Amino acid sequence: MKALYAARLPTVYAALCVCHTLFMPYTNAPVIEVTGLGKSYDGTPVLSGLDLSLTSGVHALLGPNGAGKTTLVNILTTLVPHDAGSVRVLGLETRTDAARIRERISVTGQFAAVDDVLTGAENLVMMGRLLGLSVRDARSRAAVLLERFDLDSAASRRVVGYSGGMRRRLDLAVSLIQTPEILFLDEPTTGLDARSRLVLWQQIRELAEGGTSVFLTTQYLEEADELADQVVVLDGGRIVAQGSSAQLKARVGGDVLQVRGAHGQLLRELPTDGSAAGVAAAAAAVAATEPTLRVELHRPTLDDAFLALTGHRAVPPDDSDTGQDVNDQSEFVGSGVAS
Amino acid sequence: MSAAPGVGVVTASRIFIGRATRHSLRDVESLLMAVILPVMLMVVFVYVFGGAISPTGEYLDYVVPGIILICSGFGAASTAVGVSRDLTTGTINRLRTMPVPSATVLVGHTIASLARNLFATVVVVLVAVAIGFRPDAGPLQWVGVAGLIALYILAITSIFAMLGLLAKSPEAANGYGFILLFLPYASSAFVPVETMPTWLRGFAEHQPSTPVIEATRSMLAGGGPGSQGLVAVVWCVGVIAVAIALTAWFFPRRVAR
Repeated sequence: MKALYAARLPTVYAALCVCHTLFMPYTNAPVIEVTGLGKSYDGTPVLSGLDLSLTSGVHALLGPNGAGKTTLVNILTTLVPHDAGSVRVLGLETRTDAARIRERISVTGQFAAVDDVLTGAENLVMMGRLLGLSVRDARSRAAVLLERFDLDSAASRRVVGYSGGMRRRLDLAVSLIQTPEILFLDEPTTGLDARSRLVLWQQIRELAEGGTSVFLTTQYLEEADELADQVVVLDGGRIVAQGSSAQLKARVGGDVLQVRGAHGQLLRELPTDGSAAGVAAAAAAVAATEPTLRVELHRPTLDDAFLALTGHRAVPPDDSDTGQDVNDQSEFVGSGVAS
Repeated sequence: MSAAPGVGVVTASRIFIGRATRHSLRDVESLLMAVILPVMLMVVFVYVFGGAISPTGEYLDYVVPGIILICSGFGAASTAVGVSRDLTTGTINRLRTMPVPSATVLVGHTIASLARNLFATVVVVLVAVAIGFRPDAGPLQWVGVAGLIALYILAITSIFAMLGLLAKSPEAANGYGFILLFLPYASSAFVPVETMPTWLRGFAEHQPSTPVIEATRSMLAGGGPGSQGLVAVVWCVGVIAVAIALTAWFFPRRVAR
């Protein structure tokens, strides 16, 4: 009898494997599972004792410059081996199963890795063929993506003449030649103008609706707030908070009623519980003594949450948006002319 | 969700050779430079120094093989720049996140460089013939010359591909190239090694350019490759083998940073 069971064991195992493969995408198994991750460069620890478990969805890794965001992405995407701990992506070990992970993920790095000398269409066709498509399939896929990313009019122009936003869009299009199970985006909108950022956000949302998990890094709180189901806050190589952006905001406190003077200056903040009665009571107290003052309901932002969680702001105020960068540049040019 | 199957080494190499060929065809300036510089060198050596070196006017026959070798070096240096650029712009990293044997991108650069340099070599030989070079080589010797020069180009290109991997930036890769380009000058390319001081002669006689040049010269004059031919082949094959082995060792260490 025992022998019979033993003989059937491989069959049972095979059946289990098939079920596992079939139902895996529909279960809530973690797509990324990291335990005790450690990584140092030349003796300097970049990440230490990092634990992370993420199910499917859109995840934002939020942190200031130098927090270790890119290092974590490089480890998750099999580019860089880790020193300590275990890293599993789609249930596969990055150290031993890199080849199988690479078949199922796509990565758009921090700097658009597109070929300047080739045209937009040639870039897509080449990458499509490298992924195993026939020339004909690669061409038709390229045409679809060029249209979807609003690049069809520039398809036969060399990439060297593309704007920053166009390069990013082409880079993202390359990542979507095959629909990946996880798309990694390392600072996808850094250095982009506001409009290109909105276009890219829309693409990421559509992708997520189609069932692709997205893991993006950003130093923009607004971006994490806008896109992510889950926000992971990384600071100094450690995870300092994890949750939905609403949960992170809630950790900072409830809504406050800001009392402002005639010129809009902030006079004081009255804490409320956020309910209609609570807000009305606070407003009534202001109205009783100073009926001419303005009041405004302020809900804590992710920026407030970041400050409360890490003790410093996410981004130094002088490079918090690209508009500022442009101003800096023109100032630089101006002073160059003056001197 | 469809997993991308990716491609093997052969298909990837074909795709990367196509890419690098497009690069060289579209970089017209580099292509022109790879042809014009050796032609200018030849004109300078033949008309400026030629009279002093060999008043009988046979200097052209002597110097052409050396010019061809210098020419192949000029073209090969851009391989290092191309590899270095792929490394610094993130192209290689992107390939490494795909189911693709990413190191084959180096094969693409190397083979495209071989094609580019052979083309430049043909132009240089035609120009030499136009200004009076009259080789006595028969068809068999021409095949021998073409094969030996192709092997030399392959050897020098594989060194440059490796240097491109090691250089910190494309500019630095270009700088390394300059050192290697001096190799043919310290050989029998322009003057016989017997005229050199002893210390330089020792180097000139035992570096790969000299046997390649001597064998090429002998074949162009209608003779056989001689014992120098064997030495040249051993040199080139040895250099290619060492360069490939070192590249294979360096590649994973250089990229996984």
